[in-house]
Amino acid sequence: MSIVKLLRLSLYITLIKNTPTSYGLIAIFIHWFMAFGIFFLFGLGLYMVELSYYDSWYKGSLDLHKSIGVSLFLIWCFRLLWRWTNVNPEPLSAKNKLEKFEHVAAHWMHVTLYLVMVMLMLSGYLISTADGRSVVVFDLFEIPAIPASIENQEDIAGEIHYTLAWVLISLVAMHALAALKHHLVDKDDTLKKMILFKKQLKK
Amino acid sequence: MKKILLTTALAITTSYYGAMAQAADYQIDVKGAHASILFKIKHLGYSWLNGRFNDFSGDFSYDSLNPEKSSINVNIVTASLDSNHAERDKHLRGDDFLDVKKYPKALFKSNSFKVINDNEATVTGNLTLHGVTKEISFPVQKVGEGKDPWGGYRAGFSGETSLKLADYGITYNLGPASTQVILELNIEGIRK
Repeated sequence: MSIVKLLRLSLYITLIKNTPTSYGLIAIFIHWFMAFGIFFLFGLGLYMVELSYYDSWYKGSLDLHKSIGVSLFLIWCFRLLWRWTNVNPEPLSAKNKLEKFEHVAAHWMHVTLYLVMVMLMLSGYLISTADGRSVVVFDLFEIPAIPASIENQEDIAGEIHYTLAWVLISLVAMHALAALKHHLVDKDDTLKKMILFKKQLKK
Repeated sequence: MKKILLTTALAITTSYYGAMAQAADYQIDVKGAHASILFKIKHLGYSWLNGRFNDFSGDFSYDSLNPEKSSINVNIVTASLDSNHAERDKHLRGDDFLDVKKYPKALFKSNSFKVINDNEATVTGNLTLHGVTKEISFPVQKVGEGKDPWGGYRAGFSGETSLKLADYGITYNLGPASTQVILELNIEGIRK
């Protein structure tokens, strides 16, 4: 392998993978894809439960909601794997106690977001599979129900699903506000790290 | 010899119970699930959708010599609705339909029992469903009564009535063919 090829390959990998200063192409793509998916499912969820029985999208909306939900779960699994097998961009150096606190808070916000996301997805799965039915994903494949259920599982899981959806959207709003604060108030590269997949961002 | 003794003992016991087979209070046998509360409603006008309430209790009084004095009380846990489809059950329990959080119980309490013949009667009573109480009348048939093989005495009835959902404040649009629901009651009581 020639040196040029090797360099090209390493550049390619650097773009795709995370670096100490920025997220890579894959992490950035997954982040925004999931962000879009979560907002879409939140809106679709609130909208579809208000549809009348005779609405032509009464059944289709729920099928779509479930299919996207399962897809996001699979992406969530890959995302975690990717996160654990990649370097993570280090936070910009903390100048004072407040910034140190912000770094800790941001870290726990990320952990909480991951947890709430997966609990939200699992609770949705437990609604649809409460009677042993499987979840059909885009008419391509099915996720079977777990062989055990509890009394009124669809109602309990339904309430958890609804509550967690609002919790997640609230957390996302805080997460977004924090990113905007970095960008607009602190004028640092925190938000850019999730938008530009450059090897080096100017310090 | 043992067998003959046992048979005689049984015969005496049962004739004793047989003679007592009047003026009695019965507990509906939900424990042994020899009772069911079923509903059916047309789906789009093309087929029947069946469901049931799994959790209910009740008792009745029945005296074959004085049937006009019969009465019945049934108490249904609305959240126990089961149409064999979790997503539909969740919807039916929600505030589009039964709103089981707000109205956890449905009740029927009879006011009169009008005898038509030995096996048929008309029951009139108050049905409370979705927070609305209305007087309804419907025919009931006595299926049978007598001793059971385990030392008890049982009597069973069945009845059917049709309810207009809008009468009980349930106005979710299921289509013009699906405004009425048929309730079917099958009860077997064990004499207390």
